Amino acid sequence: MKSSLFKQGVAAIVGIAFALGAVTVSVAAPKKGGILNFVVGSKIPSYDGHIESTFGMIHPIRPFYSLLFRVNPDNPADPTDFQCDVCEGNIPSGAKGGTEYTFKIRKGLQFHDGTPLNAHDVKATFDKIVFPPKGVASNRKAMFKMVKSIEVPDDHTIVFTLKFPSGAFIPSAGMPFNFIYSKKDLDAHGYEWHKKNVNGSGAFIFVEHVAGSHVAGKRNPNYHHAGKPYLDGFRAISAPKMSVRLQAIRGDRAAIEFRGFPPKARDDLVKALGDKITVQESDWNCALMFTVNVNHKPFDDKRVRHALTLAVDRYEASKYLANIAIVKTVGGIVFPSHPLAATAAELEGSLGFSRDIKASRAKARALLKEAGAEGIEFDFNNRGVDQPYKVVGTWLVDQWRQVGLKPIQRVQPSPQFYATLRKKKDFDVTVDFNCQSVVNPIADVSKFLCSAGNHYSGCENAKLDVIYDRLLKAETPAQQRSIMREFETEVFDTAGTALTLWWYKINPHRSYVKGWKIAPSHYLNQSLDQIWLDK
Amino acid sequence: MHKYIAKRLLLILPTLLGAAVLVFFLLRAIPGDVCEVRLAGSGLYVDEAEIELCREKLGLAKPLIVQFWDFITGYVVWDLGDSMWTGKPVTEEIGLRFKLSLQVALMATLVAVVIAIPLGAISAIKQDTWIDYVVRSFSIAGIAMPSFWLGILIILGLLIGTQHFLGTPWMPPIEYVSPFKDLASNMAQLIWPAVATGYRYSAVATRMTRSALLEVLREDYIRTARAKGMTEKIIINRHALKNAMLPVFTIIGIEFAFLMGGLVVTEQVFNLNGIGKLFVESVQAQDFAMTQQLVMLVVLIAVVTNFVVDLVYAWLDPRIRYA
Amino acid sequence: MVTVNPAADADELEELSKSWSSQLIDLIRRQPLASAGGLVVLIMIFSAIFANFLTPYDPEAASWVNQLSPPSAEYWLGTDAFGRDILTRIIYGARTALFVGFTAAFVGATGGLILGVASAYFGGRFDIICQRLVDIVMAFPLIVLALAVVATLGASTVNVIIAITIPFIPQCARVVRSSALAIREIPYVDAARALGFSHTRIIMKHMIPNVMAPYLIMLTTFVGQAILLEASLSYLGMGVQEPTPAWGLMLQGGAEEFAESAPWVPIFPGLAITIAVFGFNLFGDGLRDVLDPRLRSR
Repeated sequence: MKSSLFKQGVAAIVGIAFALGAVTVSVAAPKKGGILNFVVGSKIPSYDGHIESTFGMIHPIRPFYSLLFRVNPDNPADPTDFQCDVCEGNIPSGAKGGTEYTFKIRKGLQFHDGTPLNAHDVKATFDKIVFPPKGVASNRKAMFKMVKSIEVPDDHTIVFTLKFPSGAFIPSAGMPFNFIYSKKDLDAHGYEWHKKNVNGSGAFIFVEHVAGSHVAGKRNPNYHHAGKPYLDGFRAISAPKMSVRLQAIRGDRAAIEFRGFPPKARDDLVKALGDKITVQESDWNCALMFTVNVNHKPFDDKRVRHALTLAVDRYEASKYLANIAIVKTVGGIVFPSHPLAATAAELEGSLGFSRDIKASRAKARALLKEAGAEGIEFDFNNRGVDQPYKVVGTWLVDQWRQVGLKPIQRVQPSPQFYATLRKKKDFDVTVDFNCQSVVNPIADVSKFLCSAGNHYSGCENAKLDVIYDRLLKAETPAQQRSIMREFETEVFDTAGTALTLWWYKINPHRSYVKGWKIAPSHYLNQSLDQIWLDK
Repeated sequence: MHKYIAKRLLLILPTLLGAAVLVFFLLRAIPGDVCEVRLAGSGLYVDEAEIELCREKLGLAKPLIVQFWDFITGYVVWDLGDSMWTGKPVTEEIGLRFKLSLQVALMATLVAVVIAIPLGAISAIKQDTWIDYVVRSFSIAGIAMPSFWLGILIILGLLIGTQHFLGTPWMPPIEYVSPFKDLASNMAQLIWPAVATGYRYSAVATRMTRSALLEVLREDYIRTARAKGMTEKIIINRHALKNAMLPVFTIIGIEFAFLMGGLVVTEQVFNLNGIGKLFVESVQAQDFAMTQQLVMLVVLIAVVTNFVVDLVYAWLDPRIRYA
Repeated sequence: MVTVNPAADADELEELSKSWSSQLIDLIRRQPLASAGGLVVLIMIFSAIFANFLTPYDPEAASWVNQLSPPSAEYWLGTDAFGRDILTRIIYGARTALFVGFTAAFVGATGGLILGVASAYFGGRFDIICQRLVDIVMAFPLIVLALAVVATLGASTVNVIIAITIPFIPQCARVVRSSALAIREIPYVDAARALGFSHTRIIMKHMIPNVMAPYLIMLTTFVGQAILLEASLSYLGMGVQEPTPAWGLMLQGGAEEFAESAPWVPIFPGLAITIAVFGFNLFGDGLRDVLDPRLRSR
């Protein structure tokens, strides 16, 4: 009894240390063994990381695979701190004026089926992602537009040659979706095989996937990071409803959930379980926005669009809405804790970010009156997912009503929601979001270009493209920062898409889960090799 | 009798075909499809060409009538297609979940029978007394109460109750284990949804037991039995109940067919990996292949149950056969 | 009026009111459950109509400082995650429930009435086709068909009504048809035909009035069913949408997520659904007893 109390005490201290975000090496040496149960709120469309984009696939499947390199599991909060996974040594900085990246591949690696892993497998993998043959899907091909060729001079070296120097290459190559596949599998079974089969080199070996129920993995004894993984295995249990996921942690049917809960849920858990729960929190590389259809009257009028963003009290939301939703941070177009992001003072001077909400709303009403759009009723398209979309949607409706507008919320399941954004374009205003894995602001903000494929307002603004082009070619961080401000101001003024709040990631978990650190994205740091259980 | 069976069987086919037409075209009236959501999960830009490619692979690019032909002929060659979401055969996906739903349905039926028959009997015997009113209120409440709300209350009660009395909160398992592997864990998970759905089910059966028994008690032979001085207990147990059971079991049969539908919402509350949850998920993901086969399965269960009920009736009451 | 003896008038009035109140008492004595049901229905209709006067709060406007406050003198049933008064939302929710319930029940039952009577009256091939269509729709569990319809049309209050109405039509048609079949065989219908009355006249004058009993019984049953179905659809997120106050919607999302520390959020709306459907069912049972003694207590 005494010793368990002591353990709890230690756990609590460790917990607090984690919660404060301090880099703490655990008090005790990691213990081996045990099965980690965690809950996942989304389905697995297929096992193929190269074509999927949901955490529903990343959380259960990523532990079976290795990457070329990954975010540092001991410091995942830093978006630029990459560490070799199957490569060796440091992450290369570009040679030949930033157009050549050479990676050394570790020796003695092997896939779970015993096939050795070398540079040829890495090349086959990136060939599939970057240069997929006609008819083969690759979700992130567009992010590798700068890559000219991939070559393998010897079995343990791989060279990426770029068409032009780009700071976006390393973050793109480090994305957690770039699972290393075996060349043998790709040659023997083709490009579709990995959708339904798993053969990786990650910390865990695939055991079973019972559709709709769980994915189970067991320890890989030949894992290349010495001494890891600590766990004997894991079970990723499917639980689409957030209430069930919370109850599961509360009743210890699961130890952790890797996406995020609202603060109110965190407080309930902590209140009920005290130091048996440890909380980790982080800003989240997802922004929740609303997009206005400029092809629908009266939203073709910039004044009406400005009124929509002026009506929204982001600071109040950050205080109250943030209690019940997984959003919190007031921010501009760049991930808030990144050096390129606008400071609080810079933001307050921007359109829609004034602290004086009364004045803003008065201005909004005046603009609506000028534009002859007072008290209009409009269609507000939302996605049928509670957190954070529907909660934020209900809040937005309330905000717009305060300047006399009458939005009617139309909630659609994800597929219809996407069809509305992309093809039907029959919305007046829609919820929109920008959710990325590796924090890479220059690539991430391309979403705000009127000309971008994933921009849905239908706006036209060539000025944005010109500024963005300069941003891509900017050489120093200072230059990047000032051009980014220029870009941001133009985005706010165009008001095709307006920010609400950035997501905020809160992971309350059982305190016996050790060694996992929160990252600014629910896609990152999910190899699970460093996790151990203090039971 | 054979002629009657043949006639009823022939009526099943057009019903099934009609249901197939209805569900097939209803689903395809939805704008957007599974490819859109699969390729665009994170808001990344996706080539229209890749969406087209995905559609082609899933057969969504074919003319509707060809897709429909494939769907119908699929039954002949027993190829019900693959899930458009997971790519696995629909039969495999459904098979995996059907046993859970079936078990909950059977347990709910058991709960219903155990509650309904004694309650209904007492209610009929004590007709128009306060006992009758209490029982009738209890059963009407069962029909009135949303079973998903009862489910929410059960979970809430379990978590709060166990925390209060045992010090640590207890939650039913969230993963299904076969009863042959671990009966205790299986029961710990499924007893709650069985009670939540069984209550509503029992309410319907209680009302039927009561009215059937009341009708039987008015019959001549019961009066004769009474006149002969038989005790009330023997009359009820030996004669009345036995004869009142047919309509009761009929309603239990008919309700069973629709229970599968009722599980749709309850499975959400308890995180049960059954066909109800699969149905909601596939409707939302626009997984046409899966949705239409699930609907057909539920319709088939309903049609077959009705067929069996009709046969039993015809067998017991020859007048129906010639009607 | 002026010439009437006022005393006699008062007497008469007293007599009348006495008989009225004693009739009511008699009714309550004979049908206590149905009367209770009737009372619930009346309360619901009352709160739906007078919602604006019954509560000082706005059912849709967020009130952040009162987020998730427990029941108190100010907020009798507490507030939800947006700080909205739950009692207010329940009162206004009665409006949504009744609107969806009555519309779906009325359109469904009336559609069924027309189809059922026409099917029975004309018979022949028309009847056979109608019966097959009824068979097909009735093979679907209510919620399954409703979900599929909502998925097609999109989730909104109007579409929910449509989704709920469709399965009601064949249900009512079947019951009405069997009653109407019996009436068709009655000699006066034949007589009316022989006299050369038009189909419309025969149907309107002779058939419809005689199937009013099953029609009204189905109608009241449907209201309860529709309220339950709407709640289920809204709970699944495929029904009425925020911020419209609707009981099923109030049970979803935050209501469940924060249930352990704020149990008032899921408990009261669920209670409202139960009591409302309970009321309509009791009322319907009573109506059945009165209108159709053959079916008594079924």
